[in-house]
Amino acid sequence: MTDTSNGAPLTAPIQSATFSNPINAEIRRAAATGIYDIRGGGAKRKVPHFDDLLFLGASISRYPLEGYREKCETSVSLGTRFAKNPIELDIPITIAGMSFGALSGAAKEALGRGATLAGTSTTTGDGGMTSEERGHSNKLVYQYLPSRYGMNPDDLRRADAIEIVVGQGAKPGGGGMLLGQKISDRVAEMRNLPKGIDQRSACRHPDWTGPDDLEIKILELREITSWKVPIYIKVGGARPYFDTTLAVKAGADVVVLDGMQGGTAATQDVFIENVGQPILACIRESVRALQDLGMHREVQLVVSGGIRTGADVAKAMAMGADAVAIGTAALIALGDNDPKWEAEYNVLGTTAGAYDDWHEGRDPAGITTQDPELMKRFDPIEGGRRLNNYLKVMTLEAQTIARACGKNHLHNLEPEDLCALTMEAAAMAKIPLAGTDWYPGKPGTGY
Amino acid sequence: MQTLDMADIALREMNATLHAQAETTNQTAWEIVNPKGAHAIACGLDAPIEVTVKGSTGYYCAGMNKQATINIKGSAGPGVAENMMSGTVVIDGDASQYAGATGHGGLLVIKGNASSRCGISMKGIDIVVHGNIGHMSAFMAQSGNLVVCGDAGDALGDSLYEARLFVRGSVKSLGADCIEKEMRPEHLAILANLLEQAGADAKPEEFKRYGSARELYTFKIDNAY
Repeated sequence: MTDTSNGAPLTAPIQSATFSNPINAEIRRAAATGIYDIRGGGAKRKVPHFDDLLFLGASISRYPLEGYREKCETSVSLGTRFAKNPIELDIPITIAGMSFGALSGAAKEALGRGATLAGTSTTTGDGGMTSEERGHSNKLVYQYLPSRYGMNPDDLRRADAIEIVVGQGAKPGGGGMLLGQKISDRVAEMRNLPKGIDQRSACRHPDWTGPDDLEIKILELREITSWKVPIYIKVGGARPYFDTTLAVKAGADVVVLDGMQGGTAATQDVFIENVGQPILACIRESVRALQDLGMHREVQLVVSGGIRTGADVAKAMAMGADAVAIGTAALIALGDNDPKWEAEYNVLGTTAGAYDDWHEGRDPAGITTQDPELMKRFDPIEGGRRLNNYLKVMTLEAQTIARACGKNHLHNLEPEDLCALTMEAAAMAKIPLAGTDWYPGKPGTGY
Repeated sequence: MQTLDMADIALREMNATLHAQAETTNQTAWEIVNPKGAHAIACGLDAPIEVTVKGSTGYYCAGMNKQATINIKGSAGPGVAENMMSGTVVIDGDASQYAGATGHGGLLVIKGNASSRCGISMKGIDIVVHGNIGHMSAFMAQSGNLVVCGDAGDALGDSLYEARLFVRGSVKSLGADCIEKEMRPEHLAILANLLEQAGADAKPEEFKRYGSARELYTFKIDNAY
């Protein structure tokens, strides 16, 4: 670049890394509107993740199993600690809680169909249990949330497990919001609120305040359900060691641990991007808590927040998880953010792959909406088929890796099978940096 | 009258016995003795039976009750009648915090005082408190009626939705979006009926009504940029 008046060379324009174009655009948006941004989804910032880990594979000292042929088990039992009827799943990939209200009834049906075909469970969400979901889910986990929208003892007894939601990865310490655009007659009736008004989901439970209370709350839920079904406790990735310890102390059968990449239907962007920890930093701390209590594998650990592939599944399990849960990935499998709707995403001021205004109810894919016309675009049978395919592929991928590591069950994967590509990932995951036997903070190393 | 003595049987057996009572049971009158403050007594009942607890209870007594009438001849711990769906719960003494939390229906009568967060997030239940209630009561209350014959503590009805709050005595402070509202004839009729059902010696005209200003009903948002 030169000065047009005299041809002298000029310093090239440099975009500030601090005041980047997206940051500047958000400053302008805030200045114009006076309101913070609300959106769906999880953290979009780049954080250390499963991509920063690799499997070592077999070698002279590790004996592999044969490709896709030799048996590699994938089943998992969840809730073996106290429940009379633990949940038995064919695969360790479950569907995370997503509410009817945030999603259409047909989308919930599709999740149930796909999960059932794949031999796994799905989970309700804020807003109660729908007939579509119960009817099409062989195994259904019923979330017990602060709002208690739609909560009733009949549905509690129809559930295969109860998940007490203390927090979620996208917003540990935060509640939720279902905006009025999505409050149809049916949603309003289930939540016992007027149609069309914004509905707040509280950030804390109304009738217990700490782990001692929670223990008694769990007793009540077990008494109402005759001790038949497992009780999960879901926490966001805030203080995984202590939260896991307290959940176990309170009597959980299963701990569900959700990192900051985990999605939400609607929360402030500033919350999603700035509160909570990446799932990579949480898993080993949660496992350490279970091990310190002598409860690893006795209380099962389900990990969520950014699980996308069979490799992610295998890595989470190698770090000590018993199973994983997917939410955003399941929606994408159903057809959310599909490029075939690009023209309509453009009308909404976004593009396929970036659409996150799920709370506005204008989803072109007809999944995160209550608009009758948009909902017609989504076929729950086809959606279920796609989800089943996706779950099947993830399972095959995880098995492929496990066999390469010489494991005949996904649960036999272990931290020793992994190495880390970056110092950050090594430190967070407590996995040795590739080419070394060391990670930052390793006990006894002085660092 | 069937008697369940908690000195002799465990909580599980006691609740299982009550849960086993069907819609058509002939054994409609039950008595629980020696509760000794146990938690989760008579929770999850779903039959037209009457259960009398002879003594004070711990947390979550009568939780998620349907159809049953439960009398507590003592005081109740936190979360009594939480998420009640229908039926009646009557407490002779005081109730601790969260009484009637998230209740969807039925009638909860507290003849003494209720602590904080009485009627929190209530969703259709009717609650009558003969005495006073503590702070943060009716927080995010969605529907139903909360009647307080005495005084109310701080932040009554914070973030209130459509529940109706009636207080005869003083209100220390109102929570966000909760305001005093006009007492119309239909409200006096509701109040008269509830006071009569609850056996409360008070006149509807002595009460003030509080409700939502509905200013928080719409989270004004504009993402169009």
